[in-house]
Amino acid sequence: MEGHDFALWEKRVDALMVLCGSKGFFTVDGLRRALEDMGEDAFEKHSYYERWIAAVNQNLIEAGVYNLEELGARMEEIAARGPTYGEAQDG
Amino acid sequence: MPHDHPDHTHDHDHGLSPSGHPYRADNDEPLTYWQRMEIAVRELLIEKAKISPAEIAAQIEAMDARSPANGAAVVARAWSDPAFKARLLADAGAASREMGFDIGPLNLIAVENTETVHNLIVCTLCSCYPRNLLGLPPDWYKTREYRSRAVREPRAVLREFGVDLPDSTRIRVHDSTADMRYIVLPARPEGTEQMTEVELANLVTRDAMIGTGLARTP
Repeated sequence: MEGHDFALWEKRVDALMVLCGSKGFFTVDGLRRALEDMGEDAFEKHSYYERWIAAVNQNLIEAGVYNLEELGARMEEIAARGPTYGEAQDG
Repeated sequence: MPHDHPDHTHDHDHGLSPSGHPYRADNDEPLTYWQRMEIAVRELLIEKAKISPAEIAAQIEAMDARSPANGAAVVARAWSDPAFKARLLADAGAASREMGFDIGPLNLIAVENTETVHNLIVCTLCSCYPRNLLGLPPDWYKTREYRSRAVREPRAVLREFGVDLPDSTRIRVHDSTADMRYIVLPARPEGTEQMTEVELANLVTRDAMIGTGLARTP
């Protein structure tokens, strides 16, 4: 049986998707719509969890949990913290 | 390969260490745009008190703990207990919850293999899978090749998995969606009449519950 050693960031995307869904921030239909709106291109260029984090983010912005400016500012701040995923964590 | 991860396009081939061990992929590779987005989304949710770090950790732990053993226990119960089997085929989510498995809000449908019908599950759009009972899907389940060929030429796909069915067997392919998942209830192998539920569960493979395999024979 082949294993699949998911990276921590991928497991976190999965957890965020499930938790946000169970808290009612979006529905599976909302995620599906966001995935389908990405166009065929996204399915060629991006990996599974890359598409999922994009769909989760899209739905959270639409739900008003945070806005695009907050997201953009935070992503810039994160880039400045360090060059790797581990170093870019806050704390 | 030290890290079999076809979704990633970046280079994982780091060769071997001086002591002959493959270098293990770690989270010290260049930060990607999508990783930054994950960190940002998570931090914003935590700051706004929508989600706690402990909830995220607990969810990951729960997901990691799920394995085909959960589904195998459900199948073995259905083989052993006709009343449970009837409940499973009527509402697989409710029957699984009876056994203590968290199925979440989605619909779960169990499809039974018989002498005349073989069921195969796929998600043609992406990767929907009965993960609450089987854990995360294997890589091949998510490939474009499996997703398209499972519906176009299921018999050929099954042969590749070592399942050669007579032409008289009807093959039903079930296309899963985000909120409608399927699990195959494999046929109980012959010669297992005296086996306990625990022994039976050992015969139930992941692939048997996807439909790309059959239950093991003792």
